[in-house]
Amino acid sequence: MKQQIIVSGIGGQGVLFLTRVIAQVAVNRGIPVLTSETHGMAQRGGTVLSTIKVGDFAGPLIRSGQADLGLLLWEANLPVHDTLLRTDGTWVINSAASGKGRRMDAAQVARNLGNTVLLNLVLLGLAVREGVIFCSAEDCEQAIHMLAPEKFIEQNLAAFRAGLKA
Amino acid sequence: MTNNVQLLMGNEAIGQGLIEAGCQVAAAYPGTPSTEILQAMIDRQDQAVEPLHIEWSLNEKIAFEVALAASYTGKRSVAVMKQVGLNVAADPFMRTAYIGTKGGMLTIVADDPGPHSSQNEQDTRLFCLQGRVPVLDPASPAEAKEMIEPAFELSEKYQMNIVVRPTTRICHSRQNVASGSPQPLERRAVFEKNPTRWAATPAFLPAMHRSLNRNLEQIAREPAWQPRLTSGDGSASRTALVASGIVYSYLADLLDELDLTGVFDLFQVLMPYPLSPDFSALMHARYDRVLILEETYPVIELQLAHPGACGKQSGDIPREGELTPDLVYQALARFIDLDDPPEVPAERRGQRPSLCPGCPHRAAFYSIKTCFPRGIFPSDIGCYTLGMNLGAVDTVHCMGACISQGAGFYQAYRQDGEDFPTIVVTIGDSTFFHAGIPALINAVIQQARIIVVILDNATTAMTGGQPVPHMGIAAGGKPTRAVAIEPLVTACGVDFLATCDPYDQPRFERLLRDADTHIRSADGGVAVLIARHGCVMDPVVRKGQSRVKIAILETCTGCGRCTGHFECPALSLRRETKKAIVDVDRCIGCGCCIPVCPVAAIVAQEVS
Repeated sequence: MKQQIIVSGIGGQGVLFLTRVIAQVAVNRGIPVLTSETHGMAQRGGTVLSTIKVGDFAGPLIRSGQADLGLLLWEANLPVHDTLLRTDGTWVINSAASGKGRRMDAAQVARNLGNTVLLNLVLLGLAVREGVIFCSAEDCEQAIHMLAPEKFIEQNLAAFRAGLKA
Repeated sequence: MTNNVQLLMGNEAIGQGLIEAGCQVAAAYPGTPSTEILQAMIDRQDQAVEPLHIEWSLNEKIAFEVALAASYTGKRSVAVMKQVGLNVAADPFMRTAYIGTKGGMLTIVADDPGPHSSQNEQDTRLFCLQGRVPVLDPASPAEAKEMIEPAFELSEKYQMNIVVRPTTRICHSRQNVASGSPQPLERRAVFEKNPTRWAATPAFLPAMHRSLNRNLEQIAREPAWQPRLTSGDGSASRTALVASGIVYSYLADLLDELDLTGVFDLFQVLMPYPLSPDFSALMHARYDRVLILEETYPVIELQLAHPGACGKQSGDIPREGELTPDLVYQALARFIDLDDPPEVPAERRGQRPSLCPGCPHRAAFYSIKTCFPRGIFPSDIGCYTLGMNLGAVDTVHCMGACISQGAGFYQAYRQDGEDFPTIVVTIGDSTFFHAGIPALINAVIQQARIIVVILDNATTAMTGGQPVPHMGIAAGGKPTRAVAIEPLVTACGVDFLATCDPYDQPRFERLLRDADTHIRSADGGVAVLIARHGCVMDPVVRKGQSRVKIAILETCTGCGRCTGHFECPALSLRRETKKAIVDVDRCIGCGCCIPVCPVAAIVAQEVS
């Protein structure tokens, strides 16, 4: 099993947490995984891209046109990171507007749950529902349990399930 | 799922490796991409089976010297910094090559090819070549961890400081990494006095230099650190691929993707300096063409001096920036004549970074710019570099440079006559402690007439909130003696000192004007203003401040002052209506934008 995934957003949106949840699923299933993240100055509200390579890979970065799946938290990044996706790859996009990829107003769903930052897990739920990511709903819930701070676990699970059932 | 396999960031893996290797003194100054190494040690200190001192030092030179002396006692120690931090630590670093160490000492220096979050993309491996210090170049987070114990052993065998150089893509990548248990080393601190070594005067140094060179020759031949060969199938004889660091991993992935694994002789260089002479001889004898992939400078290529080298020095590979998988593909395609060299898509700029909504620095910069529209604004390294978005940062150079640069501007202008521009220097609290204090004393005794604004947000914000000396908290949240900024400033000889919350715009601007009056008065000199407000990334700060609900009235003229000059990311201009709108997800309700609107169309709807 090999899958190359990108997560794109802006600083403060929870790109890194979402990346860790997906990578944790791989670890829990005993699959090798590599991720890369953006830190520092670029994280101050700037464009943030992380990559996740699941399966037998050596390096964490994804070459242009090689990503199987893109999770897009900030729609304006689409033209910036579109070239990373394979021609037959899938975008899962947080957006209220219509357009390419599988879309959902995840920000609104998250806002209804009490915190916009939850949109990252809403989007993960959507990806699982669409069957475009290697992990199952149970896998993701287990990883969220492991990584979310105790008092936010229920809220995080609620966000994930909202995406899953949308 | 194995219990001891965890998803670790490269920096966490290195921190884990240091704990497992029995490192007992660790000192660092935060800097992207190195910061999480020390934090990982703090998070794991309970695993240590022997006493462990961890400190956020005031700067990298201090961190290095603390670790160095600990090594003199026979214990294992580490100094951690980013690549430009090594410039600050260069003085003790260079001499240590001659004098040596006793207990294993590592200097972990994280490079930032790109650069992603640095003022340059210098290559620590080249620095090590100039400093005559062995340097190791891991290709993955897991390998970085695996290198730590043998690196300590190498250090102890030769009594030398050893550098481990991860790059951003190692530091900030995560990988499934196996953890082990620390082994007790049972070392007590014993400093054996030997002034001819530890305090060596020039008379002793030629002999030490000779012994250093002898050591380097032997280290270059250490079996464990020879380049690793994955043999090809012989179909591409007299052609070799050589790579080091993360680029080796990109190359391995690419060969796999192209179904070329095991076709070419492939070498991974683990120790780029000193480069193995046996390896060099082999390359010259056996291969006519060699592709050399390394970040960021051609360190292996220069040492190898191979006539058939294809690399940065030969001009075949870009000499600047990160060597991404796309560029590796392009280089390989040209080197082995793949039919269709792929185009590297031009990198597109995304959203530019900006100060967070509610950031007190924004309020301070806006006031500075308002009071002195024709001022000169030297600034420094930190989040507040982003004050350039507001036109309130004119220069950014290196840690602490802003105060000296401000003084330099003043001296140059003053020579030309009485009237000099108002020079407002901005420096963060952590940067002030790091390298600002000698510069402030210098500005005072050289009678520079400048305003220094210390942007005190009570933390080292850009690297994720490491403690600062005036808060009385040390690494890991341990309480310690607080060293306040105000008495330091006064002791530096500054006569004008005031403190103000920059959220209080009228008062802050009044103080800025008072400061300007002071520097222009007969006996004026340096004026210091402390702009004090906690970093809003800190949830305690956010919860502790009052919050208003911002609304934009219909009277908004769409002039763009709040979005352009004030540049709050929570405000934008809607193209259709030509009116400002508030992004409710990002606004933290600080209210600092209210006085910014020239037609009073930004209002607080209700206070909660």
